[in-house]
Amino acid sequence: MPGFLRVLKFGAENFWRNIWLSVATTLIMVVTLFIITTIVILNLLANVAVDQVQKKVDLTVYFKTTAQEDRILEVRSQVQNLNNVETVRFVSKDDALAQFKKAHQDDELILKSLEELDENPLEASLVVKAIRTEDYEGISDFLSSDRFSDVIGKVDFQENKDVIDRLVRIANTIRKGGLAVGGAFVVIAILVVFNTVRLAIYTHKEEIGIMKLVGATNWFIRGPFLLEGVFYGIIGAAITLAMLYPILNAANPKITAFFDGQSFDMVQFFSQNLLWIAGGMVALGILLGIISSSIAVGRYLRK
Amino acid sequence: MIEVSGVSKDYAKQKVVALDDISFTVNDGEFVTIVGQSGAGKSTLVRLLIAEEKPDKGRIVVNNWDVGLIKKKHIPMFRRQIGVVFQDFKLLEKKTAAENVSFAMEVCGRSRREIREQVPKILDIVNLSKRADLFPHQLSGGEKQRVAIARALIHKPKLLVADEPTGNLDSLNAWEIVQLLLKINELGTTVVMVSHNREIVNAIKRRVITMDEGKIVRNQDSGKYIL
Repeated sequence: MPGFLRVLKFGAENFWRNIWLSVATTLIMVVTLFIITTIVILNLLANVAVDQVQKKVDLTVYFKTTAQEDRILEVRSQVQNLNNVETVRFVSKDDALAQFKKAHQDDELILKSLEELDENPLEASLVVKAIRTEDYEGISDFLSSDRFSDVIGKVDFQENKDVIDRLVRIANTIRKGGLAVGGAFVVIAILVVFNTVRLAIYTHKEEIGIMKLVGATNWFIRGPFLLEGVFYGIIGAAITLAMLYPILNAANPKITAFFDGQSFDMVQFFSQNLLWIAGGMVALGILLGIISSSIAVGRYLRK
Repeated sequence: MIEVSGVSKDYAKQKVVALDDISFTVNDGEFVTIVGQSGAGKSTLVRLLIAEEKPDKGRIVVNNWDVGLIKKKHIPMFRRQIGVVFQDFKLLEKKTAAENVSFAMEVCGRSRREIREQVPKILDIVNLSKRADLFPHQLSGGEKQRVAIARALIHKPKLLVADEPTGNLDSLNAWEIVQLLLKINELGTTVVMVSHNREIVNAIKRRVITMDEGKIVRNQDSGKYIL
């Protein structure tokens, strides 16, 4: 045990002895971790957005006003039997009228003109929810086929599809762009830590020579430099975490507003998953640090 | 203690044969001086003795370790059984005499208590107790070399290899260092000293191995520096 503490001490000394270099290196680590975290958050938000829109998506089948009820029920049962359909809700002509009246209850003119008509002008409809968004196309094709053309007036899906496609595209762009930017910063961080550790090895050449001469074990010689890399990771992760909370707090109202107040609270999400997020960030920091210092140690302390 | 048989070593890059089929034996408790001109192969021999390099041909056994076959991970264990001092002392300028010695013990994983107890004792052996808290730049050449010898003694080595230990010293200091090495030898440590210093080699009347162009040209029990 005195061994480990001593290696820890030497590692900390490496860190302090060249404090400005260490600060700069830690900052690069912070920037990298921050960017990666931001990308993860953006990804998360994009997924939430896609999810929420997808939940709102449905496919509506409007029956012709002339359609007979038994035909309508037959179509309903056929749609229900499709295995990619989650739910089917039937909206009768009366229901549709009630809904329409409710939606326009403040509009005298429309209500009056409705009363002028002898019969209910609205169509009965089926509201279909698919299990997956990709399935709507198939369901739509199925319902648009000739065998239902006598009863079905219109299959309404296209408009929603565009919105979803656009959202999925945005989410994909964020993911791809994020991967590229994140990857670039990972490489930068590894190079910077590598260079710092290399410099530390260089300035400790004499000590290293003496250590080898008197029979210090490899762990004693390499450990401090590996730990130096780990320090950059841990300190970088700690600073990033400390920065993240105020920023999230400031951004949270805007995020909530963006989602129409639909029960997505970023700060709450982070508080609930703090352990995972902090653990993941520290692990990532340590990983970056240890990869870089291992490369430096492997290259410059081989003999 | 040391068994060298048919050892050759050359540096391909420089196209020089550093050691050419040399053989000799050093028994436990001996004090052996290796002499020769620059480029005779003395430094190469030292590097082989401390397992910094491996022989191209032949076998070299030091303290029961076959240097040619020694595994990388065993080198620290091997080094803890031999002490080494060099002409340029190799001290850390930012550490005091005592810290230089304790640093070597620290990096070998010795306990703090052990270090606290041993360092003053070792400094006493090399007669530096009063100079323990001075930095290398405050010490004379002879004193620096004594710190280096103290550091070499921390593992109570069975073999001490001294590569030109008096090379940077005036004759008075050089003589003191040699006296110290003789004292360490009397306490039971085998000493192999590489030297240029004719007066000293002749005065101590110990075994002398003379090298020239990578070969051993003379091996005398109570030898003289003759070239």
